[in-house]
Amino acid sequence: MTGSILPVDDDVATRSAGRPLLEVRDLRTYFHVMDGVVRAVDGISFSIMAGETLGIVGESGCGKSVTSLSIMRLLDMPPAEIPSGEILFEGRDLLTMPDEEMRKVRGNDIAMIFQEPMTSLNPVFTVGDQIAEAVILHQGLSKKAAWDKAIESLKAVGINNPERRVKQYPHELSGGMRQRVMIAMALSCDPKLLIADEPTTALDVTIQAQILELIRTVQDRTGAALMLITHDLGVVAETVKDVVVMYAGRIVEEGSVEEVLLAPKHPYTEGLLGSIPSRGKRGERLNVIRGTVPNPFNMPPGCNFAPRCPYAFEPCTQADPRIGDANPPDVACWLYTATATSPTPPRVRPRLDLVEALG
Amino acid sequence: MIKYIVRRLLGAIPVLFGLSIILFAFIHLLPGDPAATILGQHARPELVDAMRHRLGLDLPLWQQYLNYVGDLLHGDLGRSFVNNRSVVDDFFVRFPGTVELTLAALAFAVGLGIPMGRWAARKPQSFSDGFITVVSLVGVSIPIFVLGLSLQYVFAVQLHILPASGRIDPRLQVPYTTNFLLIDTLLAGRPDAFVDSLRHLVLPAIALGSIPLAIITRITRASVLDVTHEDYVRTARAKGLTEKRVDGRHIMRNAWLPVVTVIGLQVGGLLAGAVITETVFAWNGVGKWVVEAIEAHDYFVIQSSILIFALIFLLVNLVVDIGYAFLNPRIRYS
Repeated sequence: MTGSILPVDDDVATRSAGRPLLEVRDLRTYFHVMDGVVRAVDGISFSIMAGETLGIVGESGCGKSVTSLSIMRLLDMPPAEIPSGEILFEGRDLLTMPDEEMRKVRGNDIAMIFQEPMTSLNPVFTVGDQIAEAVILHQGLSKKAAWDKAIESLKAVGINNPERRVKQYPHELSGGMRQRVMIAMALSCDPKLLIADEPTTALDVTIQAQILELIRTVQDRTGAALMLITHDLGVVAETVKDVVVMYAGRIVEEGSVEEVLLAPKHPYTEGLLGSIPSRGKRGERLNVIRGTVPNPFNMPPGCNFAPRCPYAFEPCTQADPRIGDANPPDVACWLYTATATSPTPPRVRPRLDLVEALG
Repeated sequence: MIKYIVRRLLGAIPVLFGLSIILFAFIHLLPGDPAATILGQHARPELVDAMRHRLGLDLPLWQQYLNYVGDLLHGDLGRSFVNNRSVVDDFFVRFPGTVELTLAALAFAVGLGIPMGRWAARKPQSFSDGFITVVSLVGVSIPIFVLGLSLQYVFAVQLHILPASGRIDPRLQVPYTTNFLLIDTLLAGRPDAFVDSLRHLVLPAIALGSIPLAIITRITRASVLDVTHEDYVRTARAKGLTEKRVDGRHIMRNAWLPVVTVIGLQVGGLLAGAVITETVFAWNGVGKWVVEAIEAHDYFVIQSSILIFALIFLLVNLVVDIGYAFLNPRIRYS
């Protein structure tokens, strides 16, 4: 991976000094379906500074992908609806932006890498066509120049013999190769924010590490901010600086990777960490979070996690804790409020194997 | 690619051979005797026998078949019992009429069916989708002859806006060079005759094209809906492409694939439907000719023209498959 074609951004420090690149405020995304309304994202707020990295973690169905699709405005409305919230990108609200302007943001300012490299590329066009298409559109390059740019970006994501690959169709490439193409495509217009939605989930373990390494390298080199969505705490530990933990459409905990992984506050985060199988404990039962994610049509009263929480006590079933209610305000849990009467704050073993990964 | 085409053409030989046996058997199962038909119902039996002998119909069936196949292999498709003209010659005089009708019906079905299918897919379950569904169900349910006669009654008999039958007004004298009237009228520099033959084409083309129209509409709708939810369409949107480009390029290039296959299959149906349509509209093409040949027990005309139809159908399917390979890079024949 030599000969970077992606411009190194010297401006990161100055940009990050100001307001955040992306600021999501009280975002709610609901789906109107036959059986009622699913509150897939239910009032979440977070922000990313230019050039910074943020991980969004949670189980399947917690609303993390819907969050990213809401930011890109790629949801079909209806059935989806965004009844409230703001998504400020460089100070402009993406949610109220006219379609035509939003289209210019997509792919150009904010680019996205999807989970399924096998199906995310159009089978009837060559790889080069698909990369060049966005470059021609956003940067107004000629067909020839865009094609050269496609070759360069393939080279930048570590694809050997890019002159040959660029003419190939997706079915001629392996899964890892296709994900590299997706990354090349996402980076081809030098976006300011890269959203990676489970970029390694569909790949072999050996390829996963390579792709993560690649994402980290290109993020570093281009100075783009990175929003990484994953269910895998190991991936988070290796890739990002800050992390947000989501459960049933809400943010339950946020902080730096060190804080969250080494000293989790929310019982759910504790459960997630505890359920990672660790080395040297062969033959023991795996830890799981008991119970299942609540039925979206029948959310429990009070805290969404209360029915599964080993520490649940009286206030949990009565009122809904939100980020900011607690002290410090980085966890949505009654255990951390001033009025809490619980004598048992959660205590978790630090995950030393994850600590190593952080090193 | 060349190898593939050759292999497909070789594959057509056993199909045509099998078909020739089936055809021969069916034709000889038809009640009636060509010799008697030619000589009329009051002919003396010894004259009929003499005629049977002259036509070779007194030979055992297997020998008749072998003679026929032997002639076929020499490129001789036989002669008509009725007028002793070469079947091939007559076929190619009438074939342009059928091609004109079939292509017009296909243009009608494809030209209207694809936009309608895309329109229906735009908002599934909406009023326009339901309306198109009903229209295509009706289209596929009405037999050609019923629709043909209804169209004639409404547009020709009652409203007098389109001609009821024939390919062109017989009072317009146009020299036939290609037997494609749309081409001949232009070659002769006769725009009035061109318009007239176009007007004659409208009703039969609609009657013949209605079933393929319905099928193409449904398959386009289903195919577009299928593709719309593919991950790569989301990727295309995430790239910031315009809706027009997402729809026209990323969706349609993929949605075309099943549609092309179905269009190819419809050509068979169109050739079969042409037989009925040509009869209803007194359209001078192969279909009407075959019907007349069946009524006259004109064995060679029936056998050979149906064999040529079958060959054309096989060739059209080959062309469709090759076109499919160009649209779909995952299938490149080698």
